[in-house]
Amino acid sequence: MDEEYDVIVLGTGLKECILSGLLSVDGLKVLHMDRNDYYGGESTSLNLIQLWKRFRGDDKPPPHLGSSRDYNVDMIPKFMMANGTLVRVLIHTDVTKYLYFKAVDGSFVFNKGKVHKVPANDMEALKSPLMGIFEKRRARKFFIYVQDYDESDPKTHEGLDLTRVTTRELIAKYGLDDNTVDFIGHAIALHRDDRYLNEPALDTVKRMKLYSESLARFQGGSPYIYPLYGLGELPQGFARLSAVYGGTYMLNKPECKVEFDEEGKVVGVTSEGETAKCKKVVCDPSYLPNKVRKVGRVARAIAIMSHPIPNTNDSHSAQVILPQKQLGRKSDMYLFCCSYSHNVAPKGKFIAFVSAEAETDNPQSELKPGIDLLGPVDEIFYDIYDRYEPVNEPTLDNCFISTSYDATTHFESTVLDVLNMYTLITGKVLDLSVDLSAASAAEE
Amino acid sequence: MAATAGHNNLNAKLVLLGDMGAGKSSLVLRFVKGQFLEFQESTIGAAFFSQTLAVNDATVKFEIWDTAGQERYHSLAPMYYRGAAAAIIVYDITNADSFTRAKKWVQELQKQGNPNMVVALAGNKADLEDKRKVTAEEARVYAEENGLFFMETSAKTAANVNDVFYEIAKRLPRAQPAQKPAGMVLVDRPAEGSRAASCCS
Repeated sequence: MDEEYDVIVLGTGLKECILSGLLSVDGLKVLHMDRNDYYGGESTSLNLIQLWKRFRGDDKPPPHLGSSRDYNVDMIPKFMMANGTLVRVLIHTDVTKYLYFKAVDGSFVFNKGKVHKVPANDMEALKSPLMGIFEKRRARKFFIYVQDYDESDPKTHEGLDLTRVTTRELIAKYGLDDNTVDFIGHAIALHRDDRYLNEPALDTVKRMKLYSESLARFQGGSPYIYPLYGLGELPQGFARLSAVYGGTYMLNKPECKVEFDEEGKVVGVTSEGETAKCKKVVCDPSYLPNKVRKVGRVARAIAIMSHPIPNTNDSHSAQVILPQKQLGRKSDMYLFCCSYSHNVAPKGKFIAFVSAEAETDNPQSELKPGIDLLGPVDEIFYDIYDRYEPVNEPTLDNCFISTSYDATTHFESTVLDVLNMYTLITGKVLDLSVDLSAASAAEE
Repeated sequence: MAATAGHNNLNAKLVLLGDMGAGKSSLVLRFVKGQFLEFQESTIGAAFFSQTLAVNDATVKFEIWDTAGQERYHSLAPMYYRGAAAAIIVYDITNADSFTRAKKWVQELQKQGNPNMVVALAGNKADLEDKRKVTAEEARVYAEENGLFFMETSAKTAANVNDVFYEIAKRLPRAQPAQKPAGMVLVDRPAEGSRAASCCS
């Protein structure tokens, strides 16, 4: 351990593991440590015994739930957009070869008290009970505009400069009502609040295209995919990448104290009396609590059930987005369900999550509208955690701290943080121009 | 299914375990590429190989996982063991400690791995007879007691190297319902076979 490294990474959460892998591939000498004796940090997946230890204070889950090791319960549940940035990173790094994926069965949106399938293109818009007959036609026209829109081909722009026109103005041109705007903005473009309405429309149009292209990719009922055995596999896969390229791994290292020189620049990390020198430190907020500030809280309910989420077409894996406006909130609520079909629970069992950014002092009760959609549960756990973001200046102290995971049930914001950190650390932009059009999913 | 005629293709994940320096990577390199390097560096850049063997009426495609050095500080991820159909636990016959540690790896495997796994114990560096510290008899008795099959190998001379893999291939259960996940692998080329051959350079 008493060697000199280019980078010491602390914490084996997904963000830290992706960075560790990318930096090792770049030829940097990386030491990666975690205070826990398992991979994944906050983004790990727990078996039943670990789940009971964490939330019930003992390790005796009831026997009727089945074998502990059949469970992989994500602590940060998220789905991957099939054509999204995380998939690009996986293909770019070839970490895909360690993982198996399955498409997610369904993508739904909560609207006027009911759960509806998200219509993602012009054909589905015509069939959706979300809209009345005239609205359907207007929505169809809008979907066709988005599908045909090509940034590099002005003919498809219909005279609109989407870098200037706001989303609100674009939508007004198609005369869509607030209800339609709500599901398009939140369940297709995956905006977390309504600020996008006053921002240039290009971002929203790109997000809608990502959704429909991802949906077309695997002929599943949703644009999402999810790894077999749960998300805990992802940090492990990237950690393996890092190790394959020379990264050194040490789990179960208590303390991990970051050391600084007089100027406040990082010089190394001490654990168990040994100090490893380094030029840079990459870590999650828990390793440098003096360099982060609290920016919010996430409230989450975790339920073990014996049925899928009601009104989701029997989907064995599904996302339901509850847009803020539908609940009178400032930010969206998310339902996430996966099951034995993704090997995260024994046969017949489902794991459902309700997540939201806490907006009150009683976050548990905020989750009620989401929990009410689950139907009866076998067991339910509540988890509330603080979200942090870095406040340091990395050019002065050489510390690169990730932002805590948010309440969304997809990875788009997660990977954005990773890519920004990569650029801060290396001065380079990661080239993710992998050939997605040629990419396919091979049935093994 | 095992006995039925016709073409049987089996995919089997095989993991290597054992102490640093026991010769895990050398065994694979010998088996996959027929090479041996006297001063093989610690595994960097390549820790994923595949090799196909024909055994009786079946072909077995091994996906071989090397530890990539993660064994050094006991940081192998559960993913490493996941779905493995076979394991080779390697020790160095000139190093008694490495044999003691091999027994620890057997325990670890019994804890993490699937119970039907085919496990081989390989006493490597068998060409260094004059430096031997672990007798073949001692290892054979231990292997028998623990349901492993045992061979002494030399990656340097190639002695018994192919034999270990052939023996595993023969012992693999022909039907492996639970071991092959039904999921898909994302590949960057549509053609099948992009996962084949060695790995990154």
